[in-house]
Amino acid sequence: MDELHAGLMVAVIALVTLFLRSLPFLLFGGKRKTPVFITYLSNVLPYAIMGMLVVYCLRNTNFLAAPHGLPEVIACGAVALLHLWKRNTLLSIALGTVLYMFLVQAVF
Amino acid sequence: MSIRYAFKRSLPVMAGYLVLGMGFGILLEAKGYSAVWAFFMSVFIYAGSMQYVAVDLLAGGASLISAALMTLMVNARHLFYGISMIDRYKDMGKKKPYLVFALTDETYSLVCGGEVPQGVDQKKYFFWVSLMNQSYWIIGSTAGALIGSHLSFNTEGIDFSMTALFIVVFIEQWKGTKNHLSAVIGVAASVICLLLFGADGFLIPSMLAITAALTVLRKILDKKEEGEKKNG
Repeated sequence: MDELHAGLMVAVIALVTLFLRSLPFLLFGGKRKTPVFITYLSNVLPYAIMGMLVVYCLRNTNFLAAPHGLPEVIACGAVALLHLWKRNTLLSIALGTVLYMFLVQAVF
Repeated sequence: MSIRYAFKRSLPVMAGYLVLGMGFGILLEAKGYSAVWAFFMSVFIYAGSMQYVAVDLLAGGASLISAALMTLMVNARHLFYGISMIDRYKDMGKKKPYLVFALTDETYSLVCGGEVPQGVDQKKYFFWVSLMNQSYWIIGSTAGALIGSHLSFNTEGIDFSMTALFIVVFIEQWKGTKNHLSAVIGVAASVICLLLFGADGFLIPSMLAITAALTVLRKILDKKEEGEKKNG
């Protein structure tokens, strides 16, 4: 691929991404009052989105073939339990990640 | 105070972005694109998973149209982030264009709650946490393209830090509200769509299903309120 085409492609990807990020603000932002339905969505969406993101992160986990998603299940469970217990964000993430790396590199 | 708070909150993202950014830089460099490309892509695109896809598109010589369509598919979830930040970003003034541009998954997870401790300026927090996160991403990806191929440390599985971040935010949100229906809908709709449409095509159906479910739910809630008014 020549450099011009590659440069144009980077520009296209950047513009489409920016378009998606700014579209809601262009449609409903500005000085006008936000429609009631959009305000409703903005209040309830964060909970649903975070659930969707967790599933998104785990989307390539294969439960049918070995190791049947065990590293993911164990590490996610550990993060959740540790966080419910200590409520320390950094600790939960750091220990969970180290545990997961250990599981995929040394155990499974 | 606001900057320090933003830095503290951004630490999990720092770890994740430096590593994931390096992963991107290494991949890109392996396909023949130098650190300059990694730097500018992270400055102007700044979308983690899409930049990984972009490496394939660049290496495969894809057309501009297919690159645009692919970006629409992979990044459609950003529409959701915008919708839920409209009111919170309303009075951000000159900082707003940058905040909108920099609203990645990870930044969203740090700003969607909205609450900040006393003494912290929410607007400054939003701005600094967005800027710091992008800096980590730029540094990581550029460094990855420069030195990555010489690393011998086994980083397999380190991208789990992002999964862990989202789980932690999910739990914090769960603890912060009595109504768990939206969270349950988000997980259930995504899992069902993942089973139906597969890993590559489930995001947009999930978003539609979540929006539909929340819309139906709202009508029920409105009826309940009306009923209560009639009875009261």
